[in-house]
Amino acid sequence: MNLITTFVLIPFVGLLLLPFLKVRLKGVLTLVLLTINVMISGYMAVQSLTGNPVSISLPGSYVTGIIPIRIDALSGWFILIINLVFLTGALYGYSYMKSYRKRTNSLTLHSFAFLLQHASIISVCGIQNSFVFLIAWEILALTSFVLIIFEHENPVTIKAGINYLIQAHFSIVFLIVGFLWVINKTNSYDFQAITTYSSSLPGMASLILFLCFFIAFAIKAGFVPFHTWLPYAHPAAPAHVSGMMSGVIIKAGIFGILRMLLIIKTDYVAVGFLILIVSVLSGLYGVMLAIIQHNLKKLLAYHSIENIGIIGIGIGLGAIGTGMGNPTLATLGYAGALLHTLNHALFKSLLFYTAGNVYQATHTMEIEKLGGVIKKMPQTAMLFLIAAIAICGIPPFNGFISEFIIYTGLYSWLSDGTLFSLLAAIFSTIGLVAIGGLAMICFTKAFGTVFLGTARHTLHAECQEVKFIQLLPSYILALVIILVGIFPMLFIHLLAEPVSLFTGTVQILTNTPQNSVFTALQPISWASWILVALVIGLYFIRQNLLKKRRVEVGPTWGCGYVASTSKHQYTASSFVRTYSKLFAPVLIVNKEEAIVHGVFPSEARYHTQPYDKLEKGLIDRVLKLNKRFMGRFVFLNNGKLQFYILYGIIFILTVLGIPLLYRNLESFIDIFKLL
Amino acid sequence: MLSIFLNLIAALFFTGIVIRTKSLASGRKGPGILQPVRDVVRLFRKGAVYSETTSFIFQLAPTVYFASVVMALMVVPFGKSPGVLSFNGDFIFFAYVLALGKFFSIISALDTGSSFEGMGASREALYSMFAEPAFFILMGSLALLSGHTSFQEIFASLHIGSQISYALAALATFVLLMIAMIENSRMPIDDPKTHLELTMVHEVMILDNSGFDLGLILTAGYLKFALYGALIVNLFIGVIPYQYAIPAFFAIQFLMAVAIGLIESFMARFRMSHNPQFIVVLTSVSLLIFFGVLLILQKFV
Repeated sequence: MNLITTFVLIPFVGLLLLPFLKVRLKGVLTLVLLTINVMISGYMAVQSLTGNPVSISLPGSYVTGIIPIRIDALSGWFILIINLVFLTGALYGYSYMKSYRKRTNSLTLHSFAFLLQHASIISVCGIQNSFVFLIAWEILALTSFVLIIFEHENPVTIKAGINYLIQAHFSIVFLIVGFLWVINKTNSYDFQAITTYSSSLPGMASLILFLCFFIAFAIKAGFVPFHTWLPYAHPAAPAHVSGMMSGVIIKAGIFGILRMLLIIKTDYVAVGFLILIVSVLSGLYGVMLAIIQHNLKKLLAYHSIENIGIIGIGIGLGAIGTGMGNPTLATLGYAGALLHTLNHALFKSLLFYTAGNVYQATHTMEIEKLGGVIKKMPQTAMLFLIAAIAICGIPPFNGFISEFIIYTGLYSWLSDGTLFSLLAAIFSTIGLVAIGGLAMICFTKAFGTVFLGTARHTLHAECQEVKFIQLLPSYILALVIILVGIFPMLFIHLLAEPVSLFTGTVQILTNTPQNSVFTALQPISWASWILVALVIGLYFIRQNLLKKRRVEVGPTWGCGYVASTSKHQYTASSFVRTYSKLFAPVLIVNKEEAIVHGVFPSEARYHTQPYDKLEKGLIDRVLKLNKRFMGRFVFLNNGKLQFYILYGIIFILTVLGIPLLYRNLESFIDIFKLL
Repeated sequence: MLSIFLNLIAALFFTGIVIRTKSLASGRKGPGILQPVRDVVRLFRKGAVYSETTSFIFQLAPTVYFASVVMALMVVPFGKSPGVLSFNGDFIFFAYVLALGKFFSIISALDTGSSFEGMGASREALYSMFAEPAFFILMGSLALLSGHTSFQEIFASLHIGSQISYALAALATFVLLMIAMIENSRMPIDDPKTHLELTMVHEVMILDNSGFDLGLILTAGYLKFALYGALIVNLFIGVIPYQYAIPAFFAIQFLMAVAIGLIESFMARFRMSHNPQFIVVLTSVSLLIFFGVLLILQKFV
């Protein structure tokens, strides 16, 4: 009880104190308060992960009813991920925001929103009362909005923020529909009512109920085609916020989907196939668009869509496994999804933090303008490289472990099955492999153009490595990435409880070889060790040998041409040119060019702007149609205040009038109820 | 353990045989079989020249590339004897650890800031993306057919008996051979002997490497050949006793080297723009294998 009260009060302590503090102390206080909340929630999370789920009932109020707070292992796992990323995010943000110290008021709001966002996302993981859940969900959306628009004087930022706000509320609409449906039938806000209600529903209805929630959470998570807010919101935010948005805020959507899979009793096979198909498409589409992006942060944002897809493949497999009564498949699917959630949180926030370092040093995120940053910022480059290899799912880092588990799931699915599931398994495998290959193109391009070669553009500022304190959070994340990569078993043991929530059996994860589906992870861990040892050993030999030999430095080989300039380098666009020609049907690249002509040619120009085909079709087109329709009623919008007041009165009278006319409307409502 | 030993021996001769076959086919006497090994030894003794544009990535990359091939070698079995590491899903590790090497060789090419090396890097990244699905479907089909998911168990329990399985084995050999050609940057995807940087893939990526580093890259290339040869060998030898398996291993590796030499002598490289299409064809061939396996298992009712 006391812990929860403290937890809720902490952000408001922040609200009381922050405005009165000096700029430097605001950051320190935010860090301190956040640490307290992290410790409180972390304590409960660890309890639940070790097999003692926390269950508390708050009395609530007349409106909300009893507020049950249940932190089971699933919540615990997500809370730990959230806490890790928030802590590193706060630490990173503390250094990153130093350059904005003059903007005292914005910083106060930012710090408060940060604390509140943490409190709300943790609450989302624990609260099981639909009314309060919605409030927490709304606070999460609003605080994220406030955090994104920190640089609100920039029109691009504010536009991205509003785009996010609108789409976040679409998510809330679907949530409200889902919750109202259940509340209307059961008169209870408790999530347990959803379980009892959905198990009484016929198959189709429970599927629709699940779909309501799935769409709501898919918007938050960024599944294709609900992803269009994501590539705008993430680049617009300050680096630490982008890292957290991508690392954990979109994971609230994943959490929601997993929670609904636990509490809604429905046809899991159908649901699993749906999630699987959406996920494979999300993964492919996300990475396909990521490759052609010129803005580093936007590229990373599209990669979040890809990774949400990979997590989704795991969830889909898990649901199918549960539905078909195949515990091995369910375990592998859910374990892969949950582990990849952690992994993605780690490497994506690391990527955003290092991208933030590059931004601070160079003041640009345009990949085409950068180059050779590694010589000025070797540590940042090394950290980015670790995360880049990890996100491509390459050993010996963490991404490989979770993708390996998902692959194992896919292959184990092959051994049982009808023709349909065999085909689904093989095409999902193709999807996952293609995602991996495309991710490699994307990250070799990103790393190669930003950090390697020579600068492609004269930078205005002197580019230099950031201070150690700013690198520290990145080092922490990199350390965990390596830990997961070389000691996967440690983390698999932590996963035993959350996975058993879904599968009902615990013994699959135990260490005895005969019934463990994770036996392969031990040799993989050895293999990673051997790989690391080989590289270090070989490098050592090489260094020793080279000491004895003559080592010279010369210009890069240019076929005898010696006046090479940085403009002769391969650019990001030329690196992916063949790719973008091959995949042209999926992509849109808007070109703007001025061709050289005349005897005394003037300046030529060539500019490309990648765009999202789905966004064009699903958002822009709908908006245009909507605008055209609404345009017909523009006569109402005549600019006279008196008329607007009249509209208000008409609206209020209508609202008041509806209950009076209720009897007449009843038959109409009956039709609705039938639906 | 045995497979590493055998593969090392095969790697010593493989490239030499390819080169010898090519020179014989074009009417020349050609260098000795061990010439590639002598080249590497000479390179290991040499100093190095580094481009002033490069960073530590360029110095680290050949080591990682070599290490990744050695790691891949460790999971390859030989008949009855499993690789040094053998576990369920080791072929996933095999493909991904090779991807680590590719990742590094690509970024090391980009590290030079050269106008040519990016070209090779771009092609390498694209081709390997297209080639990987074929390998995964092939292994998935074999896993489905045999009911196991580790290299050694899959190969050990493959029974080539019926007519469909002969067809499948032929197709699988074709896919593996072509993947080997792509991975090793040989004809018809890439021409290792071309003199024009614009038409190279792998060669152009290592233009700036010299001395020990170049030696490592070349050695890794030789090993990679033996690696894929060993996979094809495994497809056929099953669990037959060693006194037959070991000669069979060398015979098949030799045949493969000769075949590669002949292909390179009588075929021209594809147009660069047609390469992706060709590689995607491999994926469809491996899908064909998958459907063949479904036929054998009578999943089509």
